[in-house]
Amino acid sequence: MSFPWARQYQPKAPLMRYLDEKLPLPRFVYNAVGAGYPVPRNLNYMWNFGVLAGFALMVQIITGVVLAMHYSANALVAFESVEHIMRDVNWGWMLRYAHANGASFFFLVIYIHIFRGLFYSSYKAPREMIWLIGVVIFLLTMATAFMGYVLPWGQMSYWGAKVITGLFSAIPLVGEPLQIWLLGGFAPDNAALNRFYSLHFLLPFVILGTVILHIWALHIPGSSNPTGVEVKSESDTVPFHPYYTAKDGFGLGVFLLLYTAFVFFMPNALGHADNYIPANPLSTPAHIVPEWYFWPFYAILRAFTFDFILPAKLWGVLAMFSAILVWFFLPWLDRSPVRSGHYRPLFRKFFWFGLIPTMAVLFWCGGAPAEEPYVMLSQIATAYYFLHFLVILPLVSAIERPEALPYSITEAVLGEDKKAVLGENTTPAT
Amino acid sequence: MAEGAGGVRRRDFIEIAAVSAAGVGGLAVLVPLISQMAPSKDVLAESSTEIDISAIQPGQAIKAVFRKQPVFVRNLTPQEIAEADAVSVSSLRDPQSLEERTKEGHTNILVTMGVCTHLGCVPLGAAEGENRGEFGGYFCPCHGSHYDTAGRIRKGPAPANLLVPEYEFSSDTTIVIG
Repeated sequence: MSFPWARQYQPKAPLMRYLDEKLPLPRFVYNAVGAGYPVPRNLNYMWNFGVLAGFALMVQIITGVVLAMHYSANALVAFESVEHIMRDVNWGWMLRYAHANGASFFFLVIYIHIFRGLFYSSYKAPREMIWLIGVVIFLLTMATAFMGYVLPWGQMSYWGAKVITGLFSAIPLVGEPLQIWLLGGFAPDNAALNRFYSLHFLLPFVILGTVILHIWALHIPGSSNPTGVEVKSESDTVPFHPYYTAKDGFGLGVFLLLYTAFVFFMPNALGHADNYIPANPLSTPAHIVPEWYFWPFYAILRAFTFDFILPAKLWGVLAMFSAILVWFFLPWLDRSPVRSGHYRPLFRKFFWFGLIPTMAVLFWCGGAPAEEPYVMLSQIATAYYFLHFLVILPLVSAIERPEALPYSITEAVLGEDKKAVLGENTTPAT
Repeated sequence: MAEGAGGVRRRDFIEIAAVSAAGVGGLAVLVPLISQMAPSKDVLAESSTEIDISAIQPGQAIKAVFRKQPVFVRNLTPQEIAEADAVSVSSLRDPQSLEERTKEGHTNILVTMGVCTHLGCVPLGAAEGENRGEFGGYFCPCHGSHYDTAGRIRKGPAPANLLVPEYEFSSDTTIVIG
């Protein structure tokens, strides 16, 4: 599971030795995120975001459990109970702002984590399983965030619930009954609010479980690195602790600066003012958009305005789900043996000048009203998005001539690796 | 018990029977677990609404509530009726004439759900001064669907006309929906 030179856990205190015999939990932690886990020595700051995502998940679980002690999931009083948290509960305002902005920062971190994976092709063998589990985590997180947003029972909560469950009504034949079953009524009401609350409490723990699987799968091949060259010898790695606990600690500090700046100085900047109006089933807000982290997918949903064999509505829903599902096939769409974008000139161009601007346009259009020129821009961006993953990536990996890779991680870092010159079995003099 | 080569033993039968019974029993438990999510009896009980339409002047519309969702009742002006009838029905995405969407003798009273057939937002246009879209009926601000004076989809992502619920005229000035 780990490299042969990984340090072994050696408990010294009698209590720790006793524990190691009966329940080796400290050994497990030592091997997972301690000195027992050898990590490539050349990780850059892009590799901070896995730990940051784990931290953000814990913030959400802790603030969420505490908020649940004061919130009432009943359509009659849900809105008031949130105001009660904001005005009457000790520190309630801080806990709620920490939770609401925590969701945004969770997504920010996850998006960077995903784009790290896309640029350095972290999804390639032998790490496909880590990537696949990661996509599942992303889907679960989206579902959890959506249901959490419904709980305050404001206008955006209500109409978000209506529009998103409305997506299911696009499915032929079973769509309409399915939507009624999901809501427990003909429109969102108490039944829907209660089940969303129940699931919003449950799903974070399911996410936690899949995160453990994600890390477990990661520890089998070990972490990837910016060169994409696999670890060859001990000189290519350093122990996770203290080297990366320190580096992640610095990243965490920067993250906390930004996060707390939002929580304390602009807690509503990422939200919508309309959600401070109680839910009204008879009036839709003039400009209804989801939270920013759903914008690219919302733009794809709205990009389909014309019928083509299937109705436009069904196309929109299919495209929106496919936009994420296509990630499941990524390890097999990108056939290039070279992982890192640093050594792939053509891939790199399409990444920075194709995919990234496309995502930026989708982000922008998803938050804009359903008018021209946003609709047309979304259509172009949606077309490129699918073209990138389904056509350009396979083509690029077939015709591209990658640049020369370093012999090893050590060579990439030090400019030379004695073993590269002297052969695998030679021990360098130093 | 004799154990013939390839023959079925008494033990095999017991095993298959036991696992099958447990499997069927386990699956049966799913029925209440799934069914509990469907609308409850009290939600289904709110299934009819009576509306007094005597006060609606031509050109005006009201919003009522049916099954916790808005219903639009519009008294069409002769000009709006003429506009709706002037459209060739076969050219529509969801071909229906105004006549099919109203009750005989009351072609001026258009009763539709106030629920956009795209993703369920409430279209604008029922209240005074709201945007009624390019075709003078209703306009859904969420994703830009335009409905005409007969509540038919004319432009935008919605797949169908605004739904006409089941309703009856209980008198000349009252309708019962549901």
